[in-house]
Amino acid sequence: MTALASAKDTEMVVNKNSASPNRVIDIDNLSLTFETNDGPVHALSDIDLKIDEGDFVSFIGPSGCGKTTLLRVIADLERPTAGSITVNGVSPEEARLNRAYGYVFQAAALYPWRTIARNIALPLEIMGLGKDVQQHRIKKNMELVNLSGFEKKYPWQLSGGMQQRASIARALAVEPDLLLMDEPFGALDEIVRDHLNEQLLQLWAKTNKTVVFVTHSIPEAVFLSTKIVVLCPRPGRIYDIIDSDLPRDRNLDIRETPEFLKIAHRVRDGLRAGHSYED
Amino acid sequence: MSTTIVSRRRFDMPALLAWFVVTMVVVGLFMPIFKPDIGVMEVPKLAVCLVILAIAGVRYELGFMRNWIGDVALGLVTAVAAWLLIDTASDYAGEATIGFWALTAAAWAASWLFVERLAIWKSRSQAATRIINLVIPALFGITILVIWQLVVTGAGVPKVLLPAPSEIWVRLTGSVPILWADFQQTFLKAVLAGYFIGCGSAFLTAILVDRVPFLRRGLLPIGNLVSALPIIGVAPIMVMWFGFDWPSKAAVVIIMTFFPMLVNTVSGLAASDAMQRDLMRTYASSYWQTLFKLRLPMAMPFIFNALKINSTLALIGAIVAEFFGTPIVGMGFRISTEVGRMNVDMVWAEIAIAALAGSLFYGIVALLERAVTFWHPSMRR
Amino acid sequence: MTDATLTQGRSTSPFAGLMSGTVGPVIVVVSAIMAIWYIAAVALNTPFQYDLYERAGQTDVSTSQLITDTLAQKKPVLPAPHQVVIEIYKTTVEKKITSKRSLIYHSGITLSSTLLGFLIGTSLGILLAIGIVHSRVLDKSLMPWVISSQTIPILAIAPMIIVVLNAVGISGLLPKAMISTYLSFFPVTVGMVKGLRSPEVIHMDLMHTYSATRLQAFWKLRLPYAVPYLFTSMKIGMAASLVGAIVGELPTGAVAGLGARLLAGSYYGQTIQIWSALLMAAFLAGSLVALIGVIEKLTLKRMGMNR
Repeated sequence: MTALASAKDTEMVVNKNSASPNRVIDIDNLSLTFETNDGPVHALSDIDLKIDEGDFVSFIGPSGCGKTTLLRVIADLERPTAGSITVNGVSPEEARLNRAYGYVFQAAALYPWRTIARNIALPLEIMGLGKDVQQHRIKKNMELVNLSGFEKKYPWQLSGGMQQRASIARALAVEPDLLLMDEPFGALDEIVRDHLNEQLLQLWAKTNKTVVFVTHSIPEAVFLSTKIVVLCPRPGRIYDIIDSDLPRDRNLDIRETPEFLKIAHRVRDGLRAGHSYED
Repeated sequence: MSTTIVSRRRFDMPALLAWFVVTMVVVGLFMPIFKPDIGVMEVPKLAVCLVILAIAGVRYELGFMRNWIGDVALGLVTAVAAWLLIDTASDYAGEATIGFWALTAAAWAASWLFVERLAIWKSRSQAATRIINLVIPALFGITILVIWQLVVTGAGVPKVLLPAPSEIWVRLTGSVPILWADFQQTFLKAVLAGYFIGCGSAFLTAILVDRVPFLRRGLLPIGNLVSALPIIGVAPIMVMWFGFDWPSKAAVVIIMTFFPMLVNTVSGLAASDAMQRDLMRTYASSYWQTLFKLRLPMAMPFIFNALKINSTLALIGAIVAEFFGTPIVGMGFRISTEVGRMNVDMVWAEIAIAALAGSLFYGIVALLERAVTFWHPSMRR
Repeated sequence: MTDATLTQGRSTSPFAGLMSGTVGPVIVVVSAIMAIWYIAAVALNTPFQYDLYERAGQTDVSTSQLITDTLAQKKPVLPAPHQVVIEIYKTTVEKKITSKRSLIYHSGITLSSTLLGFLIGTSLGILLAIGIVHSRVLDKSLMPWVISSQTIPILAIAPMIIVVLNAVGISGLLPKAMISTYLSFFPVTVGMVKGLRSPEVIHMDLMHTYSATRLQAFWKLRLPYAVPYLFTSMKIGMAASLVGAIVGELPTGAVAGLGARLLAGSYYGQTIQIWSALLMAAFLAGSLVALIGVIEKLTLKRMGMNR
């Protein structure tokens, strides 16, 4: 464990010294086909994508376009059938075993028999960290998501938004450089969602993590991202990659600006074109 | 429940019960209460009983004091009436006629009325609600006992057929040493040993079966089938193999408790959903870590379901196995021999002990369940 | 881990295909049980067989001879499967149904009290459930007793019910059926209460907007909702009912029925008879539960609820 950690540290030092931004995820010609009883389903086909350190990347597309599958491939929850992918320069499986990323699911998936604090401690217990480190990280991350004071509560005693914040704190507690989020705010109402979006941006600005974010909301994608990947279905493939020129430091008001609307328009065009292709 | 929304009740149950009380009191007043031709006024205690029941019924009809004071008074009056009835019935055992039964019916209806009133009490504190929810079934049980007592003594039911609760109580308190020895033999030795070995080995088997998918697919249908079989039938075989003493009974208990525990634990281990398992995978969690941190806690409601089922099965198994041969001690042995000698009150005393032990055993497991699976939606308050 | 096992299951060889279902593994497990049974039969019967040889003065018995002998004893500690099957064949096919030694005759007696008890128990359970769902007082006062009635080892009073009812002249089918009734009413009551309450609030509210009477709401909403629950609990009730009938036959002095066969077998050390009665009981339980399963399928199909 310690050997692993130190190896990771040196690697990071080397990375910091180099001038060009680091490649965190490198996907090359990747395809994934599910064998079902009704024949093969091409969930992903010929995906090429590079994600650099500090990027906030959104995958957007209609349901069935493979955006969640692509995220799951990065997390080593699915295995590609063709092509190559590296995460932090190694295979996804190795990255997973190194605990290189934190994953936030569509639902909070908190364990009802654990308090919020103990839920956040779960990955730390599995990693075998000491009690002091655990306590420190729980406190720090609960503050980060504004949940201080709810340590002793059980998940079912919290609102949906608070539960999802707790699950983000749980993902952050691993202290990963890479955060994978699968429609984390999909089940929440718009007001809570706006609020959490702003908090997420602040968090990202503070920590300079790389975030990969799956969503089906155009405003959410444009508001959060530095890079927007538009996918379309049958077979799941990338239709457009948009590099956003919005400033990194933004608030909700930016959604009224022409620059924002321009990007949103391009995303919408991409989604529409991807759809019409199908019919 | 949504049924309570129904606002207009077509018939008013409490009013009906109060009318019934009054009618029965009138019947009691004019019909002979004991053979050959004793009227109610010749028995002062029953006259008092009749009068207070009449007052209670009329009071409700007139709508006087329909509040908690009136309800409590009704409860007290009913209790006194029941006591008076029991007291006189033993003096005239087997002599009761229509008038007496009318009074019994009136007392019964009064207690029902009391429970009806209790059930609609709105209490502010949670503790009081909980107490009321305990009191209502307790009252129901007491009512059954009182009616049992009155019917048996009043009608003079032969003791062989059904002894009165008072007789059973006398027998129970009079033969504590025998009952204790039987309890030790059957419950403390056979039931507990069998229960722990049966449930424990089934639990370990379930973990093994879960680890090997082939075994899971092969054993689970068989386990499900066996759960529906009359396993109690292995009792004579176990008695032949392991002798007359308690190990053979424990063996029956082990076999009876094994399959429910196996089937429940295996389905409990499969209860975690895909997202939770994916979560553990993103943590690169090992098999044992996932087992202890996710799948076992998730399986607990299922496991406790089996533990509760098994707590009753174990006692049944041990007692029935004793019908096939025992040393001269044990609850099943006592029941079968005392039945043969027509000492039915002893049998009932033994059954009361068995019922008490069974309920306590179940209760302890249920409390444990509440403590362990407090998080489950069915347990949250 | 799960992914890996899934992909293994998808391999192409026909043998693996068979083994990935449930049929293959069940066959393997059943054959394993049979094998263990035979081995156990030989192992458990060997000591007695040695006694026999010693008494007969036989020494030097070959192993194959020993195995054949242990599997052909008259009163073995553990009879071999084929001995039990032969016994069942003899007592079912070769005996007349009316014969006191016919297993079908005994099964029929057990079956009739099982069915009678099950019928009464199920009706009682349904009635109780309807009462509990519609009356708050019944719900609060009766329901706790319905549940705690099952923590009481009621089978314990089975012999008493039989003997006592015999003493007052009631004998035959009814006393045994009463025990079956007691055992089968509980699952039906609990299942039906759950089922009758299973319509969602929104459906009850819909009935309310039609100002449907309680009776209409019962026939058109609650009852259809409760049917799947009823069948599930009827399966449990049927199994319990059979147990009740068998135990009810124990104290009647071993006259007739599968329970009586068990008791007689244990008195005279007729292990083969015990095992054949046991297997017969298992067969009865299995077919009765399966029968309810078939009726369930047909009914739910007609109601358009089949899954």
